[in-house]
Amino acid sequence: MLQLRFFASLRDQLNCDGESLDWNDNFSIASDVRKVLVARGTPWDTLSKSTVLIAINQEMGNDETTINDGDEIAFFPPVTGG
Amino acid sequence: MNISISIQSDDFSHNEEYQKLCNDSPRIGAIVTFCGLVREFDDSNGKGLFLEHFAGMTEKTLENICKQAAERWPIISMRIVHRIGAMELGEQIVFVGVNSAHRKAAFHACEFIMDFLKTDAPFWKKALTKDSDYWVEAKASDTEAANTWKK
Repeated sequence: MLQLRFFASLRDQLNCDGESLDWNDNFSIASDVRKVLVARGTPWDTLSKSTVLIAINQEMGNDETTINDGDEIAFFPPVTGG
Repeated sequence: MNISISIQSDDFSHNEEYQKLCNDSPRIGAIVTFCGLVREFDDSNGKGLFLEHFAGMTEKTLENICKQAAERWPIISMRIVHRIGAMELGEQIVFVGVNSAHRKAAFHACEFIMDFLKTDAPFWKKALTKDSDYWVEAKASDTEAANTWKK
């Protein structure tokens, strides 16, 4: 099982702040999860934007970052703090 | 080397933060502080900001930025306070304070921490205006500022 989380404008677009996603043995890197979500169609296809950032277990990653069963994967827009 | 990070909705006292940096150690010869405020925006149409963050990842990221600063400069202590939630125009958003034996290290480390806080720490600003609310877009100039430290 993966724990997915969505933040800020992305959460608003998806109208969803997170979900549990069943682990799939075809999952290997973060982009595998991104593709599954994008395939759901509108509004999930917004996740295909290159500006969407990915954190795995609260550390910045990218599409190529290896994922494992039990990971928390967060998707969010570029940050704007400070 | 001490690191203090606080993510809070309450306002903070700049003077209290400064005093903590003063009282740290007799080796301190320089303190540099930065304070960010909610400024006027949208031709005076802006009312304030709402700050969201990714609890847990924010603290980890800021601690990591401080550790990187301490690897580059001889810092004694670093303090970060970042507010979340709703803030009105003129309110304080963020405090970064650094102390060291000498001024150059403190100046550089304070700017370094602030530049990477801007690009790496998972905070998001929502602009609250008289007409509507909208998420603030990230600025390329912030990424460029952080990138200058990587050269």
